[in-house]
Amino acid sequence: MSLHLWIIPLLPLAGAAINGLLGKRFPKAVVDAIALGSTAAAFLYALWVAVQFFRLPADQIPHIERYATWMTAGTFSAEYGIYLDQLSLVMLLIVTGVGFLIHVYSVGYMEHEGGYYRFFAYLNIFMFFMLTLVLANNYLLMFVGWEGVGLASYLLIGFWFLKDSAANAGKKAFITNRVGDFGFLIALFLLIKHFGTLQYDTVFKAVSAYPVETSAGLLTAIGLLMLFGATGKSAQIPLYVWLPDAMEGPTPVSALIHAATMVTAGVYMVARSNAVFDRAPIALMAVAVIGTLTAIFAASIGILQTDIKKVLAYSTISQLGYMFMGCGVAAYGAGIFHLMTHAFFKALLFLSAGAIIHGLGGEQDMRHMGGLRKYMPKAFWCMTIATFTIAGFPLLAAFFSKDEILWKTWASGNHILWLIGVVAAGMTSFYMFRLWFLTFFGEYRGELATDAGHGHDSHDAHGEHGHAGPHESPMIMIVPLMILALLCIVGGWVGWPRVLAGSDLFDHFLDPVFTTYAPAPAATEAVSGHEEERGTEIALMFISVAAATIGGLGAWYLYYKRTDLPARMAAAAGGLYTFVLDKYKVDEFYGAAIIQPIILISTNVLWKGVDTAVIDGAVNESAAGAQDISDGLRQMQSGNIRSYAGWVAFGAAVVIAFMVWRGVR
Amino acid sequence: MVPLSYYLVLSAILFACGVVGFLIKRNIITIFMSIELMLNAVNLTFVAFAAELRALSGHVFVFFVMVVAAAEAAVGLAIIISVFRTRETLNVDRVNLLKL
Amino acid sequence: MHLVLFLIFGALCVGAAINLLVQKHPINSALSLIVVMGSLALLYLLLGAEFVAAVQVIVYAGAVMVLFVFVIMLLNAGEEEVLPHTSRVAVTLGIPGLIVGLAIGVWVIAHYAGLDRVNIGGPTVSNGTESFGAPSFVARLLFRDFLLPFEVTSILILVAILGAVVLARREE
Repeated sequence: MSLHLWIIPLLPLAGAAINGLLGKRFPKAVVDAIALGSTAAAFLYALWVAVQFFRLPADQIPHIERYATWMTAGTFSAEYGIYLDQLSLVMLLIVTGVGFLIHVYSVGYMEHEGGYYRFFAYLNIFMFFMLTLVLANNYLLMFVGWEGVGLASYLLIGFWFLKDSAANAGKKAFITNRVGDFGFLIALFLLIKHFGTLQYDTVFKAVSAYPVETSAGLLTAIGLLMLFGATGKSAQIPLYVWLPDAMEGPTPVSALIHAATMVTAGVYMVARSNAVFDRAPIALMAVAVIGTLTAIFAASIGILQTDIKKVLAYSTISQLGYMFMGCGVAAYGAGIFHLMTHAFFKALLFLSAGAIIHGLGGEQDMRHMGGLRKYMPKAFWCMTIATFTIAGFPLLAAFFSKDEILWKTWASGNHILWLIGVVAAGMTSFYMFRLWFLTFFGEYRGELATDAGHGHDSHDAHGEHGHAGPHESPMIMIVPLMILALLCIVGGWVGWPRVLAGSDLFDHFLDPVFTTYAPAPAATEAVSGHEEERGTEIALMFISVAAATIGGLGAWYLYYKRTDLPARMAAAAGGLYTFVLDKYKVDEFYGAAIIQPIILISTNVLWKGVDTAVIDGAVNESAAGAQDISDGLRQMQSGNIRSYAGWVAFGAAVVIAFMVWRGVR
Repeated sequence: MVPLSYYLVLSAILFACGVVGFLIKRNIITIFMSIELMLNAVNLTFVAFAAELRALSGHVFVFFVMVVAAAEAAVGLAIIISVFRTRETLNVDRVNLLKL
Repeated sequence: MHLVLFLIFGALCVGAAINLLVQKHPINSALSLIVVMGSLALLYLLLGAEFVAAVQVIVYAGAVMVLFVFVIMLLNAGEEEVLPHTSRVAVTLGIPGLIVGLAIGVWVIAHYAGLDRVNIGGPTVSNGTESFGAPSFVARLLFRDFLLPFEVTSILILVAILGAVVLARREE
């Protein structure tokens, strides 16, 4: 029996179409109603689907619906269809739920902005593509969603397109994504070549017949290429460079796309392809290594950033690294669990930051903030919950998910990776509490009451009603924050681990997804429960909490107690400080190593060489040649009758001679 | 009794003279007369072959050629007259308005 | 006998034709052309084409050439002037082309067609006392087998008359 799941993606698409085509003429309330209504409807339908899902017997999961054939090419065919299993159900609920909350928030945030209808149309388009991505039943449809969310990201990052930096950031995001997509595409081609299809069920069944590869083989190649694509979409090393720049977009965009949903597409893809990765240990190890390195790399940059959104951006990159680390040790359930909790706390962090920015009239530099807990109490409390969550405070959401990842990493034998992860967790706690202290404590370092709005994003409209000093944001922005804060608190409880007398609900729920196609000797470690390991697990838990506490205390010391120290330490570190502050000069490196050569080649070889000389040359030369020929032929038209007569006589003589010659033979 | 080839040679010579006159001469009326000469040469060929093949259709054809030549002469001279009226000259090199 | 006559009148033809080319005044060329037509008429007689010879004299020499002479007189055509800019194409291409054509023609006719062995002319009697090219025989052919072209040529003449009248009319 069909659950008519096609409705879910198409609802936001309809909203986008109506808003996009007609929204210019609608009043704001109508635009709101359409955008929020379609997303809310999608969420409610998703809830209903979830209820139905739990009633399905086990052999009907995954629930596959096939609607129509999309294309057939020889033996290959692709269709429109939906694949609903526990993994896609979780993603579905996250996307629609958090997406809806952010839509509500945006109503308040974007109230004074131009292009209101356009914003909501783009948001809805994004929802459509993201839902296509998570619900697709074949890689090709997933790729459609994959590309589509990249497009939506470009449109939304460059929302204020009249600003150069925003337009460039949008371009950078799209191009970097494209580089990754190239790898993904090659992986798809390999799949088509060797399995003849891109349907999940067929591919996974076929892959199950392969043994675990001990050296680099087909599955390793596919896995590495998919990983490359994921690094583009999920901002891992080497393709993470677009995410910090993407903060040019409005804050709800950063929350929805660059924290909660789009960047998690890479993790989803890796988890979905667990059949492939389980059999390609080299690729799996690459996933873990890249994830871990990214986690600590981004955390180290985040420590020194001064723009509040940039800190959160690097934090996102770092947390995504954790998710990849989890998937990389074949603990896909842990990775997805962290994906879910991350959606909650990162969205909350971004939205609270947005409330702060909104309340300050556009100020994003933390050096101009401080002491805001007096002025924005509700935002303060929401942000506090989020900060404690991300730091891994016990019993809040991320505590469970992060710890599960670290535990699984240790248990799979990758002790070095575990150590790096713990250090990164400490750094996470440090920079998050640094942000917390700089923003909410101490003296307010900004301007109290002016009538000129200053700030980074073009929140110009705010200047109109005068900068009344920092103020709380309207309730329509605060309510989603409260809901997310609640989720931060309770959201982790579904993954209460067994060592703490829980039942590991979440992992068990997701188990069928990751064990159905797992190779025979279970590569995944399902080890919690054995006595000696229980002790290790609890010990590791203590270690990570300790690391977080140390980080928090460090931040307290440097940014609350002795606020003069950071500047002295920066001066003492000198060159190293500026190097890290400059994001390790990665952007400059890419520019010099990759972009400059491409520009040089394009200009000199392709433009001047091929286009001007060869192509233009051919066309111009043929035109000139035609002109020369006609110049020559023009001589015949002298206007002189006798020369015409001469030509006629000559021609006649030739013809006669020819005829005679033929006749003679 | 004259060999056929002699008549044909004569006709060829007359034709050649007509063509040369057509190309050399500058007076438009003289050029026209060269054309008439060419037509006559062709007539001679027709009659010669009619005599050899004992086919009277050669004579009939000569008859038609003469009719056409006469009509053409009439119209052509009318054109020459009107050209003379506009261009005031019979020199064919002067009638060169089409020159680029 | 025929050969002698042929040579005399043939030479007369060629001479008059060359005279046409050489003369500067068009009236001289016109008179030479009349001589050419006359001698051609005689040659037709030699070939037994009586009707054609008569038509040649009456129509060609008697009407067409007279028309030419009228026009020359009307337009008061003077001697040809020598213009500096003559068409070199005509001279350089035309004359050699013609000489080539003429040579080829002569050569081909003389040697390959075997026509130098066929003799024509001379007394020809087809039936009764009528000669070969008598008008009655031509008329029979003309009004039976070639009736359509005959009628068409009459229309042609009509059109030519109209054209000539219209073209030569003086603009009012």
